Amino acid sequence: MATDKPKLAVHKFSSCDGCQLALLNLGEPLLALPGLVDIVHFAEAGPNSPDQPVDISLVEGSVSTPEDIQRIQQVRQNSKLLVSIGACATSGGLQALANFANRHEWMASIYTDPENIEVLNSSDPISKHVKVDLQIQGCPVNSAQVIGALRDLLSGVAPRPEVHSVCMECKRKGVICTMVTKGEPCMGPVTLAGCGALCPAAGRGCYGCYGPAEQLNDRSIAERFEQLGLDAQAVLRRFRFIANSAAGFKTASEGLRGDTDG
Amino acid sequence: MAEHRDIHINVPVLTRVEGEGALELDIVGGEIERLNLRIFEPPRLFEKFIEGYERNQVIDMVARICGICPVAYQMSAVQAFERLSGFTPDPWVQGMRRVMYCGEWIQSHALHVHLLAAPDFLGFESAIAMAADYPDAVRRGLQLQTLGNDLIAMFGGRSVHPVGVRVGGFYRAPDSSAVAMMVKRLQAALPEAEALIGWTAGLDFPDDDQSFISVALSDPDEYAIGQGRLISGQGLDIDICYFDSHFKEIQSPHSTALHCELEGRPYLTGPLARLNLNFHQLPAEVRRLMEGCGIRFPSHNMFHSIVARAIELYFAISEAIRLLQDYQSPAQSYREVEAVEGDAFGCTEAPRGILWHRYDVDDAGIVRYARIVPPTSQNQGRIEEDIALSLQKFGLDQTDEKLRLRAEQVIRNYDPCISCATHFLKLNVNRG
Repeated sequence: MATDKPKLAVHKFSSCDGCQLALLNLGEPLLALPGLVDIVHFAEAGPNSPDQPVDISLVEGSVSTPEDIQRIQQVRQNSKLLVSIGACATSGGLQALANFANRHEWMASIYTDPENIEVLNSSDPISKHVKVDLQIQGCPVNSAQVIGALRDLLSGVAPRPEVHSVCMECKRKGVICTMVTKGEPCMGPVTLAGCGALCPAAGRGCYGCYGPAEQLNDRSIAERFEQLGLDAQAVLRRFRFIANSAAGFKTASEGLRGDTDG
Repeated sequence: MAEHRDIHINVPVLTRVEGEGALELDIVGGEIERLNLRIFEPPRLFEKFIEGYERNQVIDMVARICGICPVAYQMSAVQAFERLSGFTPDPWVQGMRRVMYCGEWIQSHALHVHLLAAPDFLGFESAIAMAADYPDAVRRGLQLQTLGNDLIAMFGGRSVHPVGVRVGGFYRAPDSSAVAMMVKRLQAALPEAEALIGWTAGLDFPDDDQSFISVALSDPDEYAIGQGRLISGQGLDIDICYFDSHFKEIQSPHSTALHCELEGRPYLTGPLARLNLNFHQLPAEVRRLMEGCGIRFPSHNMFHSIVARAIELYFAISEAIRLLQDYQSPAQSYREVEAVEGDAFGCTEAPRGILWHRYDVDDAGIVRYARIVPPTSQNQGRIEEDIALSLQKFGLDQTDEKLRLRAEQVIRNYDPCISCATHFLKLNVNRG
């Protein structure tokens, strides 16, 4: 289909597929998408031309095999703009927990023939291997974020990334602070906004699935968690969770007592 | 012959089967000599890194195994932890978990029927392409998918990796006003779902009956979703904790993905297996639709699984209405459940089949060991067997392209996790 519309590709690396659902779960508005862009590659939805040059590539998932490295380099070459979406693509994802152990040792302890399965010793964010033009954090990212970014990029406007913490979203939505009123350990003060403060709105502490906010006072929140009764290991587990290898959380967790205890 | 010996390697790790797939097919003298479905997803080592985390954290972690069926992962995990503590959730929690699970069945089945499977039957590359000729069908599918997603989000804030489920119940009960609005939407969708059954039943199905074993959960009181005993059409009837005595996970030499066998044989899990075994428990109105749709169930034609999905989708909507229409906010949405040391087992009916979990938990509620057997790996042996039989019946003299399309369609009947289900197949045919 020859068209003048901007071309879009959606690529998957190691992931749960949940971030691509930000598009597939659009519902009826999904049918409007082909009016906006020409979808040349989106294997989950059908179109399958991974090597065609495009204007924008959305990339989900982490890089975890030698073949992935070649593939992401190819994607980069073919894309004017490359947007990494979700915790896996922006920080290596939950599976990057293996980075804190020795991934090859884990493989060897699990597979009888680990040499048949080629993996890197780490689960990497896309930005470790190629230049990334825009990162959207979140596990999962949501439709509003992805569509908003696409519209900005297609209009030639620089997207304005979220910088505030979840606390700001609670204030905006009028959600009562779970940490102050219920003593729930909440990662909200150090976690990037974007989810809509889902967990505090549900009466539970935020568990940090949107990754670190721009400025985080991790020492202070770790101390507060201990005062609320979490032991050092439990505090560590709060940081070493969904976005464990995002720079802010990784650095924070490596400075915690639980890290050396364990 | 040495290369044909069975190599059984027990691999205690979840190897997901999403991602790239390849089918190696050797046809010699008009016969299939070798057929290997190779599916490779880089191992994420999930079961290994769950070790050392708290029960409620594990519920949030396992959701991340699959973006399409996170509720199933959360429900199998929470069931395991509660069973271990001897805790039975109160009727409100049980009912609402079933409703939330219905939401996942609705969205997953709607996605599969419309976006993944129907384009095969109607000859389109994708649902987006199909929308030009079948706008109403595609729109109906997207509306039903949204309905299911919104039902999940009513309990969990969002439909992908929802945040509502915890040991002992839910973090928060939905507001009565939200439930009342949802009931109206569900009621409005019932006629759409009914039309969907007729629409799927009217598709053109290859005549391809095969002999296979169906496996599903069975609950004496209802069409099983979130709990039950494991049964088969061949007399198996066990508590889920005895899974390992009957089912064996093996690593086949040509694939990094695990296969699972029941007493040494491949088997089917998923909507068609459930319908085949439990159809007598469907409410009368759903049975009437099933019996009047023109396809006979139980069925051993895997192409009928798209109709089975449509029937289950209708059932899930009617079940959600039944459980929500007299909704009352509970005094408490959860109870504290004390951690108990031991082996925890959980098994529920994910949209694509039984999802079995086992955890070894310490007395502080920290997971020491985890094992997870997802439905797609259980179906993989059956998929290979089916491809061979289907292609033989289809005719091995067909062109490579036609063989590839037919093989893809057969694989999609099993609704394996989405990314490997869609136009993924690199077919290498070696003709001798």
